[in-house]
Amino acid sequence: MYLGQVIGTVVCERKYAGLEGARLLVVQPLDHQRAPCGPAEVAVDTVSARAKDLVYLVGSREAALACDPSFVPVDSAIVGIVDAVDA
Amino acid sequence: MNLCKVLGTVVASHKHPAFQALKLLIVQPLDEKQRALGKSFIAVDHTSCAGKGDTVLVMREGNGVRQLLKNPKAPIRSIIVGVVDAVDA
Repeated sequence: MYLGQVIGTVVCERKYAGLEGARLLVVQPLDHQRAPCGPAEVAVDTVSARAKDLVYLVGSREAALACDPSFVPVDSAIVGIVDAVDA
Repeated sequence: MNLCKVLGTVVASHKHPAFQALKLLIVQPLDEKQRALGKSFIAVDHTSCAGKGDTVLVMREGNGVRQLLKNPKAPIRSIIVGVVDAVDA
């Protein structure tokens, strides 16, 4: 799991069955000092994050478990909106 | 499992229900000499006693996490399973 900042949205009319209604956001992964770390990625939003929100994400198979239904082809999901980081 | 150093805490009030009542910590992976190695990441604290500056043992595997938390659908990949007293390597 890792920190990220929402930097945009992705609109995708035709999606895999099960992903209808899923919000897709562009997220820049951040390190513990909130510095960008690695390339931006597209993640499914499960917590109604907004632009510029600091969030945390989960990757790999666990990202799909955050979705409903959970057997979907997703490898990055936003699972929380961060209020504060003390690091 | 990896040795990691706890860098600090992450507070999130709006999160996936599987994270309710779980403490989130940012950790930095370490090598066997306890030097920083790779990117920091977020882990859930299952020991409930790890704090900033501690060296901890972190498991990064989703199936193990789901067994520990007894939640077969938890979208969680990394969990702190021990606070390290000493490493002799």
